[in-house]
Amino acid sequence: MGMTLTEKILARASEKKEVEPGEIVTVEPTWVMSHDNSAAILLKFKKTGMKKVWNPKKIVIILDHTVPAPTAEYANNHTSIREFVKEQGIENFWDINTGICHQVMAEKGYDLPSAVIVGADSHTTTPGAFGAFAAGIGRSEVAAIWATGKIWLRVPESYEIIVNGEMPKGVFAKDLALHIIGDVTASGAVYKAVEFKGETIRNMSIASRMVLTNMSAEMGAKNGIVEADKKTEEYLKNRARAPYKILHSDEDAEYEKKYEYDASDLVPKIAFPHTVDNVHDIDKAEGININQVFLGTCTNGRVEDLEVAARILKGKRINPDVRMLVFPASWEVWREADEKGILKTLAEAGAVIMNPGCGPCLGAHEGALADGEKCLSTANRNFKGRMGNPNAEIYLGSPATAAASALKGYISDPREVL
Amino acid sequence: MGRVWKYGNDVNTDVIFPGKYTYKIMSDEEMASHALEDLDPNFAKEVKQGDVIVAGKNWGYGSSREQAVKCLKAAGIKAIIAESFARIYYRNCINLGLPAITLKREDIEKFDDGDEVDVDIEKGVIVNKSKGFEIHFPPFEGYVMDIIRAGGIIEYIRMQQGKE
Ligand code: SF4
Repeated sequence: MGMTLTEKILARASEKKEVEPGEIVTVEPTWVMSHDNSAAILLKFKKTGMKKVWNPKKIVIILDHTVPAPTAEYANNHTSIREFVKEQGIENFWDINTGICHQVMAEKGYDLPSAVIVGADSHTTTPGAFGAFAAGIGRSEVAAIWATGKIWLRVPESYEIIVNGEMPKGVFAKDLALHIIGDVTASGAVYKAVEFKGETIRNMSIASRMVLTNMSAEMGAKNGIVEADKKTEEYLKNRARAPYKILHSDEDAEYEKKYEYDASDLVPKIAFPHTVDNVHDIDKAEGININQVFLGTCTNGRVEDLEVAARILKGKRINPDVRMLVFPASWEVWREADEKGILKTLAEAGAVIMNPGCGPCLGAHEGALADGEKCLSTANRNFKGRMGNPNAEIYLGSPATAAASALKGYISDPREVL
Repeated sequence: MGRVWKYGNDVNTDVIFPGKYTYKIMSDEEMASHALEDLDPNFAKEVKQGDVIVAGKNWGYGSSREQAVKCLKAAGIKAIIAESFARIYYRNCINLGLPAITLKREDIEKFDDGDEVDVDIEKGVIVNKSKGFEIHFPPFEGYVMDIIRAGGIIEYIRMQQGKE
């Protein structure tokens, strides 16, 4: 019987000819990633009584969630991680001057076709954009991998999501992702592997594919995945940190469910508070006054995202009643956007350019909202209190919608200003 | 040998182990005494070592609290057999050394509350003595079996370390 891409990767990683959904396999992950939460993980690791991690070369630690440290407590956590990294000889350590973990994993060449990547963060589904099996796991499980080098995984059933047709002007991967989540619902793909296919996906940039796999977590998926192709290989040139193999799903692979979309029908989308699957067409949101625009995160903080915003805001000023915060996803993004003049354009339009990192996404520091305020965000979650204030509202949209809305002062259709 | 405690679909972690106790540090016995408190008040009083839970779909959805697994293990539950498990609950079961067994709905329906059963984790067999039938399930293998035998992943790591 044929296997899906996810099944093939798990079969290869567990050295089996074949695996099927429901089966439990044990694998040694290609990389195990964690971020600021490594401070808690290392305490769990120490409790196991182990002195040394199984393989310091496979552990990747990236500081991004609260950078630079906003309080002494966070600073102490960071220090404990730095000490642990030295003591264990962990080379794959990226300090506060690198960027958001899911972006750094791609840029620094960890995201590889057919790799098995697990991480203590729910959006560890992101590397799937490179044809990797990538999933979020719990902190104790990361500690256990640090100790043993092994993790057991239940082979998930696969869904196929087929998208064909050309994306209309003003419609982006974020709109497609929101549309799919609205349709599948927040719990519609719990524990499933979602494989994105079709010409629209093949025509997408790597950055846009990452939006889809990043947001797969918001339908409950175990992993999201896109087959690697020429574009993937192009991106990986001079980056790939290990040899990799490109795998394909079999023609006769079995998918539990199939969703099909025509991209040419799409319009810009907004996820209304307080769930990501509360998705509506832009016209339903048009006119809602906003106080803050947040452009950034592991979902939409890449160069193409900042670029489209700059295109909309070039030579203009944002509405004086709106605060626009721009957080490039990494320092590599920051530098490229700087060289291209994107940051200058955004700053001249009145945006505040912040340091790369998660920023206000998880409500730990920077860019908090006041009671009763509304924010248009390019992030992946709009849960109540997500940005630190349960009395504020978060609307999710694309970077173009974010820029158009910053310009007008209310949620607006980017197709009118592009 | 133990008896079956039969429950329905969508039993969430809040009724398995009430949220109001989650931030209290409790001993195993204390945790066991609150197990399934809001679903079946008799459970904690009458459950015996070796009993099993048989349930419908989506057992254990809700929070990631490990106590919702620990309280049942502490109460003596030997295995949880269900049509499906919530993802984190399933991981917690294995990592805490409580076998979670998935069966098809037709097979789940063959069990009634109070049936006498014997579960052989090593062989992958459930014998229903009251009704006189056997059901096979794929036994756990390798690493997962090692974790279950050790009684949990932390115990497994400690044992491994003892060997080094
Ligand atoms: S940007 Fe937001 S969603 Fe992404 S890793 Fe950081 S906190 Fe998580």
